Amino acid sequence: MTDQHAMPGHHGAGDDHVYLALSEAGPEPDGEARWAYGTGFSDPLLGVDTTVPAGLDGADLAAYCLMLGDDALVLAQRLTEWCTRAPELEEEVALANLGLDLLGQARLLLTRAGQADGTGRGEDELAYWREEHEFRNVRLVEAPNGDFAHSVARLLLFATARGALYQLLAGHPDPVLAAVAARGVLELAYHQEYATAWTLRLGDGTSYSAARMQAGLDAVWPLLDELFTPHAVELRIGADPAALREPVLRTLAAVLAEAGLTVPGARPLAFVGGRAGRDGVHTEALGPLLAEFQVVARANPGATW
Amino acid sequence: MVTTAAAAWDVAAAVPDPELPMLTLAELGVLAGVETDGGAVTAWLTPTYSGCPAIAEMAADVDSRLRAAGYPDVRVRLRLDPPWSTDRITEDGRRKLAEAGIAPPGPAGPPLLRLGPTRHRVVACPQCGGTDTEELSRFGSTACKALWRCRGCREPFERIKEI
Repeated sequence: MTDQHAMPGHHGAGDDHVYLALSEAGPEPDGEARWAYGTGFSDPLLGVDTTVPAGLDGADLAAYCLMLGDDALVLAQRLTEWCTRAPELEEEVALANLGLDLLGQARLLLTRAGQADGTGRGEDELAYWREEHEFRNVRLVEAPNGDFAHSVARLLLFATARGALYQLLAGHPDPVLAAVAARGVLELAYHQEYATAWTLRLGDGTSYSAARMQAGLDAVWPLLDELFTPHAVELRIGADPAALREPVLRTLAAVLAEAGLTVPGARPLAFVGGRAGRDGVHTEALGPLLAEFQVVARANPGATW
Repeated sequence: MVTTAAAAWDVAAAVPDPELPMLTLAELGVLAGVETDGGAVTAWLTPTYSGCPAIAEMAADVDSRLRAAGYPDVRVRLRLDPPWSTDRITEDGRRKLAEAGIAPPGPAGPPLLRLGPTRHRVVACPQCGGTDTEELSRFGSTACKALWRCRGCREPFERIKEI
């Protein structure tokens, strides 16, 4: 910005407390909303027709959007945890960009969930004010970052499976879910390409990098199968994820073969009494993630930013 | 006040993009439509990426420009379908990007997973026009840009990714 205005009560040019200065400027004049501060722009579905189409069960649609939205939200948080931790600045920027895409998808899906179930809960309420057992994400996305290769492996699995699912959902009868999927399939293609490029580079690199990449794959592979295990809600209103199993495994096998890596033989992580992430049964990794993610909102109930 | 959609379109179409201010929202292809009903104006925007944080400022800017132009009753709405594509960037928009040192996108195609040797598109350097260029990072300062470098003139540059 080159245009600088002195504001009433302003501390003067060069003041570091930009946000403080903004708050002291008082209410915004009509039509002069400021980006990222007090714009009141809180609905990512602003003005989109949110009527649930006839023939669709609102509760099921909400539950399904919550599942997909929680997947995106939790993985977005995991990816952005790499900020200030990535091996190179470019990778830090890349991982944050991937997280931003997923966060955008999560905002739309959680907003849709709050509309479709009739509660009117907004994205913030769903993101910040639910307990661990109320989250519906698969356990893969909550897996700890591990080293960089672990995170690459997790992203490869997720992006490949989610891209395939979004291809199916782009034709969903709910126009909002269909639009999120149509947009998301293109974004997930970039995520998959990023993860594939690093899988090839590490797998086809030195024996040390290949061993680290293989270890990352071995660590997250048991969490893959949950993405293909249908929940009753998915069968009623979504796409049957079991249909993704064969094409996704074929794609992953091709990537790993090209990278000189081995398809892990580990068995899927067991369900607990037939329940897993989609039922709110999570690994011990989710609690600390949510605690960090939710702490500011919970310390300042009702705050806006 | 009764007005025409064409006049209101011209006002909304002239709003610069907050992250690529050399382009207007119309040239970027984000402005998806403008309707008028008596004095009321509804402008439709199509977000670029799902998580693009600039959409809030775009909506606020369109709102304030239309009000400043004398429209008292303005609504800005999002249109998610069809999704935005770089193919919606106009010829003028592409020229202005190149003039500002940002390589414009090529035609968007279906994203395909490529294995084997990495082959990049040929991207001309917006500074010197040379084609001996390389990608430094697929992800740049914003979600829509990648970071490149020209081996000829040694200048780094950004380019808009096809999507």
